[in-house]
Amino acid sequence: MTEPSNSQVIVEAEGIVKMLGSAPNEIKVLKGIDLELQTGELTLMMGPSGSGKTTLLSILGCILSPTQGKLTIAGHKTQNMSKEQLANLRRKHVGFVFQSYNLVPTLSAVENVMLALDLRDINGAGAYEQAAEALEAVGLGHRISAMPSKMSGGEKQRVSIARALAGSPSVILADEPTAALDAKNGMAVMELLAQVAQDTRRAVLAVTHDHRTLQFADRIITIDDGRIAGSERPKVSGKPVEMAAH
Amino acid sequence: MELAASAPTFAKTRTAPSPRARQGKRTLPMVVKLAYRNLFHDRLSFFVTVVGIMFSVVLVAVQSGIYLGSANKIAAIIDAAPADLWVVPLGTKSYDDPSFLSGRERYMALSAPGVADSEDMLVSFARWRKPLGGETTVLLIGTAGDSPKALPLNITDGSREALEAPNTVAIDRSYFNDLGVGQLDDVAELNGTTVKLVAITKRVRSFTTLPFVFTSLEESRRLAGANQDQASYQRVTLLPGADIDTVRKEIERRLPDTEVLTQAQFRTRSQDYWLKQTGAGAALDAGKLLGLIVGIVIVAQTLYSSTKDHINEFATLRALGAGAGYIVKVILIQAILSGLIGYVLGMSLALIAIQAAQDTKLTIIMTMPLAVQLFAITIGMCIFAATSAIIKVIRIDPAVVFSR
Repeated sequence: MTEPSNSQVIVEAEGIVKMLGSAPNEIKVLKGIDLELQTGELTLMMGPSGSGKTTLLSILGCILSPTQGKLTIAGHKTQNMSKEQLANLRRKHVGFVFQSYNLVPTLSAVENVMLALDLRDINGAGAYEQAAEALEAVGLGHRISAMPSKMSGGEKQRVSIARALAGSPSVILADEPTAALDAKNGMAVMELLAQVAQDTRRAVLAVTHDHRTLQFADRIITIDDGRIAGSERPKVSGKPVEMAAH
Repeated sequence: MELAASAPTFAKTRTAPSPRARQGKRTLPMVVKLAYRNLFHDRLSFFVTVVGIMFSVVLVAVQSGIYLGSANKIAAIIDAAPADLWVVPLGTKSYDDPSFLSGRERYMALSAPGVADSEDMLVSFARWRKPLGGETTVLLIGTAGDSPKALPLNITDGSREALEAPNTVAIDRSYFNDLGVGQLDDVAELNGTTVKLVAITKRVRSFTTLPFVFTSLEESRRLAGANQDQASYQRVTLLPGADIDTVRKEIERRLPDTEVLTQAQFRTRSQDYWLKQTGAGAALDAGKLLGLIVGIVIVAQTLYSSTKDHINEFATLRALGAGAGYIVKVILIQAILSGLIGYVLGMSLALIAIQAAQDTKLTIIMTMPLAVQLFAITIGMCIFAATSAIIKVIRIDPAVVFSR
């Protein structure tokens, strides 16, 4: 596959440094990350535990603020933004898929998606239709009224993806989306994320430890000790995907 | 959704929801739905919350009702014998703190410009000797029988006219046991004079433990040892169009050893004396405060606990971009819903208690303004109680969603 012709940089991180803790126990978790995410791409981020993947994901999702560096999302510079402004940016431009799904257990599948739409001020009948369509798109049209407690892990993760898609965000950030799933469901979820990433208005970044998911990647980033250790486009280079993993 | 065009392989089993099913899901705003689902999710916790609020509402409603009932009971005689102005002995604390005017007040008041009429009313302590032995103190009240404002009201047996005969009295049915009589024509001794019961009233009780004993003005003077012109109070009626303040000042000028009070002033003075100066009202206020504290503590505890239980969901909402206001709204709706349900149940119980107390010595009153006030207090209490939960949610770090 070649790089999509009309793809654009939707997330731009420059010199991102993140210190956690307080002196004298302060730790430099990220040591100057430069990263661009392009629309129409599924980027997988790999790396050992403690390498800073989740911290970077939190910064790219405007949940954490970098200690140093610049972050631009969909043309919005996040520097000096307040917590509420960052929340507003997340609401408009970022969708999340969590390892543990993080569905609201008291709401049905469609209501979970409607909740995300409600945050974007999309409500009423229109919200129901959109939520039902999102669930249909992830193959759960027949389970819209199911409660999370009655769903399998794969189904819950698909609801989580439908929720992330609600409101058409510019970037979807997934934190180990297959970690809690069996192989079959894990592959199905990755296939789904790859399809989501085909939309040329959207970028998808997924943190993963699962090498079987690499076949879906347009780009693979390896992070180690708070730095980008490698970046490859296996589908462009033609290298076997197994080789892309460091 | 753009994915539909290239639906994944596991998307084949889709069945479209029926229009009816969709319609049914459109009604409630998501923020309300989330709040009530969170609230009803843990039924035991919800039950505890509602019982706590209910208990609080019952306590506050009954204490307020007793306060209001007491205030009304204190003013009952003043309300039953209304006047534009009351001429009372200087320093009178309450209508049932009687002493006698000198005796010239009626004519002095009648001679003041703007006065249409002035009626005597005598109130005095007296000793009641029961037919089968034993004595008790009573409050003797005498009014003129030819007055449209003659007391007592609410006569159920006998008549007011019968009180014009010498040595006759009227008492309330609820005092039968206290006074040792049980029916019309029963006799007892009042200040050493044998008196006959010729009229019986219903629900005409005093705020204190002293029973009311009504009689004619002349009889009350005789029994209380007052002279022919003496009375405890003058009830002054003004001519139409007369300025009440001007007349009040004029009577006060003419009668320097008295106080001239409006109906509202005499009412308030009597209520203030019994409810504020004696400490009776403070006890009722303490009961109300206790009810409120119990309610606040229980609601605060359960809301905080519920918020902690759902903290990960709130963190997820924060991560998804919910503003602090959205999450605070969820907590507040939970608090208001709890308050609403607790209020309805608590007020229902309170009304049952009030109804049950109807014919007892305890007077509890519930009025619409009081019910509305209690509703506002209950909701306010729940909102106040939500503060700790609100502080908890607005401090949530959305980054925790990645650490689970």
